[in-house]
Amino acid sequence: MDEIASLLEPQIPALRRYAWALLRDDEGADDLVQDTLERAIGRWGQRRDGDLRAWLFAIQRNLFLNGLRQRRSRGAHVGDEALNDLPAPGTSPESHAGLRDILAGLDTLPEEQRSILLLVGVEDLSYEQAAKVLDVPIGTVMSRLSRARARLRDFMDNGRSAVLRRVK
Amino acid sequence: MTGERPIGEDDLQAFVDGRLPSARFEAIKVYLADQPSLAEQVDREIELRDALRARLAFKAQEPVPSRLRVANILASRRRTPMIRPAVAAAIAWLAIGGVLGSFGGVWWASRSRGQDEMANAAGTAIAAHRIYVSERLHPVEVAADQEAHLVQWLSRRVGKPLVAPNLNPQGYRLIGGRLLPAGHEAAALFMYENAGGGRLTLYTRLGGSEQQTAFRFETQDGVSAFSWIDNGLSYVVSAKVDRAELLPIAETIYKQFEATNDAAKGRS
Repeated sequence: MDEIASLLEPQIPALRRYAWALLRDDEGADDLVQDTLERAIGRWGQRRDGDLRAWLFAIQRNLFLNGLRQRRSRGAHVGDEALNDLPAPGTSPESHAGLRDILAGLDTLPEEQRSILLLVGVEDLSYEQAAKVLDVPIGTVMSRLSRARARLRDFMDNGRSAVLRRVK
Repeated sequence: MTGERPIGEDDLQAFVDGRLPSARFEAIKVYLADQPSLAEQVDREIELRDALRARLAFKAQEPVPSRLRVANILASRRRTPMIRPAVAAAIAWLAIGGVLGSFGGVWWASRSRGQDEMANAAGTAIAAHRIYVSERLHPVEVAADQEAHLVQWLSRRVGKPLVAPNLNPQGYRLIGGRLLPAGHEAAALFMYENAGGGRLTLYTRLGGSEQQTAFRFETQDGVSAFSWIDNGLSYVVSAKVDRAELLPIAETIYKQFEATNDAAKGRS
């Protein structure tokens, strides 16, 4: 029991930060972290001797995506692809005129690009760990990171019109 | 420079992240010195990376709320399996207490028949659970957006007023229901789903000669089920969760049907 706590607790501040960056809501973020910890504890025995940090972030991201799918499925039915072009909740591009908050820039990105920027750039996950969390090959991690950074830079420097241009 | 690996976007990203071995790092610096516009972009990306870290740093420095302490999460898990069965038994006995006063003898006499009905219903319900929760395209016949129609239809076919219990506080959202055969009669299956994609089913049909029984628990290959009979209906709630997690849900369903029955009696 103490072993679980001593391994999990050091990860909690980072999990809270990632959750908050995705949801931008204090309570909702801590609910997500609590669900993540409960699931991790419940499945502790099934944990392969892999990377704890990548495992935890993967659980948390999957719970986040499931919640997102569920919220959307109450409305019109959408496929998973639609999630990729889904901006974070509560964003309206018009409100970002003038001084641009880096979070507003983050919000213009699809979830998979937001996640890669957060996991690599903020949480300091290695590229291998990020590949595990996102369940994609490492080459995809690198190209997605490249696209995400270009798109964020475009938005921060050129504003909304540039973001609408598809960055390949 | 012969034989050296050409510079790729992966090198540039690792450069932004400061993750290149020093020889490669120097090579990128030389390369960028000849490419001022690319160098400018890379510098800007480093700035933005730092800005994002700085913007979010406060969250990781906040004191961790006590509900996220692992010890507290473990304690609430440890507590549940020990206390819950006792609570369940208490609730079940309280529920039948009033009936025992008048029908006690009858209840005891027919107890074994009630057990048979429950075992039978539970077996059928778990089988239905297995078949339909794994169904991706058509898990339900009538979806939850037609809930009123669904409940009315299933009530008419089963032959008693049903409700689709509200399990939102327990984290389960109704996704719909279907009609199933139960011998010569009909059974209803309501399906729910939680945020993790875990599905739960509530199976209900006429409960034979019984009016009321206590909760009965069983588990088959990872699927847990609580069954009981109340007011002439057999209920089986099944999910791939452990007993401690399923019990409060069974209690909630029990109480909601009880409230509906009381309301119906109040009207008549």
